[in-house]
Amino acid sequence: MSTPTETDAFEVDDSSIERMRFYGRLFLGACIVATLVGIVALIALVFDVVVEAWGWLTWEFLTHPPSYLAEHYDPSNYGDLPTGPGGIYPAIVGSIYLIAMTAVFTLVLGVGAAIYLEEYARDTKLTSFIEANIANLAGVPSIVYGLLGLALFVRAMGAGSSLLAGALTLTLLILPIVIVQTQEALRAVPDSMRQASYGTGATKWQTIRNVVLPEAIPGIMTGIILSLSRAIGETAPIIMVGAATSMFAPPNLTDPTGSFAAMPMQIFEWAKAPEDDFQHIAAAGIIVLLTVLLLMNAVAIYIRNKYDR
Amino acid sequence: MTANGPQTVTTSESDGATSDDAMTDDAPLGSPRVDDAVIESRDLDVYYGDDQALHGINMDIPERKVTALIGPSGCGKSTFLRSINRMNDLIDIARVEGDLYFHGKNVYDEDVDPVALRRKIGMVFQKPNPFPKSIFDNVAYGLRVQGKDDGDVEEKVRTALERAALLDEVEDQLDSSGLDLSGGQQQRLCIARAIAPDPEVILMDEPASALDPVATSKIEDLVEELAEEYTVVIVTHNMQQAARISDKTAVFLTGGHLVEFDDTNKIFENPESDRVEDYITGKFG
Repeated sequence: MSTPTETDAFEVDDSSIERMRFYGRLFLGACIVATLVGIVALIALVFDVVVEAWGWLTWEFLTHPPSYLAEHYDPSNYGDLPTGPGGIYPAIVGSIYLIAMTAVFTLVLGVGAAIYLEEYARDTKLTSFIEANIANLAGVPSIVYGLLGLALFVRAMGAGSSLLAGALTLTLLILPIVIVQTQEALRAVPDSMRQASYGTGATKWQTIRNVVLPEAIPGIMTGIILSLSRAIGETAPIIMVGAATSMFAPPNLTDPTGSFAAMPMQIFEWAKAPEDDFQHIAAAGIIVLLTVLLLMNAVAIYIRNKYDR
Repeated sequence: MTANGPQTVTTSESDGATSDDAMTDDAPLGSPRVDDAVIESRDLDVYYGDDQALHGINMDIPERKVTALIGPSGCGKSTFLRSINRMNDLIDIARVEGDLYFHGKNVYDEDVDPVALRRKIGMVFQKPNPFPKSIFDNVAYGLRVQGKDDGDVEEKVRTALERAALLDEVEDQLDSSGLDLSGGQQQRLCIARAIAPDPEVILMDEPASALDPVATSKIEDLVEELAEEYTVVIVTHNMQQAARISDKTAVFLTGGHLVEFDDTNKIFENPESDRVEDYITGKFG
């Protein structure tokens, strides 16, 4: 072994290589198991919900207001109901309005704050203090934001238990994440691009608008949409704000201080009802919510791929 | 004189008393004054935080000539280049003292808008940095941000591409992305972008250092042609390149001192400073 000749050049320490290969396979196996745990859990969850909801998720369910009676949701009873079938329609519309308003507020406040912090603010201790605290805010439990929304928007601002109060509360909830992700997207724009722009005699605003933002938009949009898809499923804040559980008509956009229903709230309400059948109805609601959520994520992925070169 | 020339430069601490006739103690060797100067640097110091990157730079840059700034890495030649069009303003910790005159006006006066200055003094960077936009939009960018995009943008874009010796190669693909071009083409695109709004001076920061020899020789030819219409200041670490394309050469040596400034022939054939001679003959640096 100590004096290798041509013949045994490849015969060194066979066993140790084999041992290392074995450890490698062991590690690979552990990684595959870790991956499978996540995938299997997700599949089991979706499967369970689909089985529960099977036969209850109908077109009528999507297009009608809720009812207090479980049998109103049962498709076999649809024919002889004087009040019409029960459904989730007002909550779907409420959630979409809620998310649309949240999107507008988040876009303006989140992107604005991130542009200020990343492009304008000088690197001072104050700036790093603010940035560190924004990151900390991202970890605050959502019910705390709910309490803040209740005190600030519902009571102090007098917005009542309204779409406006709900959207502002959800905005506060996702704002820290959106600011951090937007900052990252802005930071990913190479400095050479900014210099090229300044070098041709562009002002700061021209540089941000024409060079930095177009480059950062895919990252910013992905961040915002993923945050919004978290917001649409948030229940605690809208419970605190006081979303209604049984709205029979969708909220009116011309009256932003009127009451509203939202899907997570509606599902929560069904899930805690005593009759067994309501569990099927809640499952049907969950599928609707999951579908909206997956659609939003799909849009985010589409945008990212479209702009990625 | 020649032997302790550099020491004269490093030890002197001028208080900036500049008259039109005499250079200060910080004057480099050679002939730092020229008759048709468009840019005049007087006792220019640049600091990054507590580090002084340039020490009392005194030199004139002649109009419609190629002036090369050479020297080893970290000698401050790029810093000097970037202080001409105030690109150093973009660095939070950079601080400039002394005067830098452009057509007799100190560009560091309070009433000078750096954006307006950069519209007169364009810049090409070390690494080609076209925008992820079409070739056309890249060249038109300067015109658009400067509000010179009324009417004949297409004409101006084609002229700029022609002057940058790129038009023949990209004529049929003006709408395709500037990033699809080769490195050398990208750099010529950046030159076209810089000259499209018709500045007076073009600053080039090692424009060929990231390119292969063929692309480099194209850029060099281009630089010589550009000097017919523009004042060109070019930083290079390639001494042969400086010797080939420049009319005047400034030699910066370690620590941010301008040691010698003279006609390029003089610098390369018979420099006054021994250190410059050592540097040029490859004995150090």
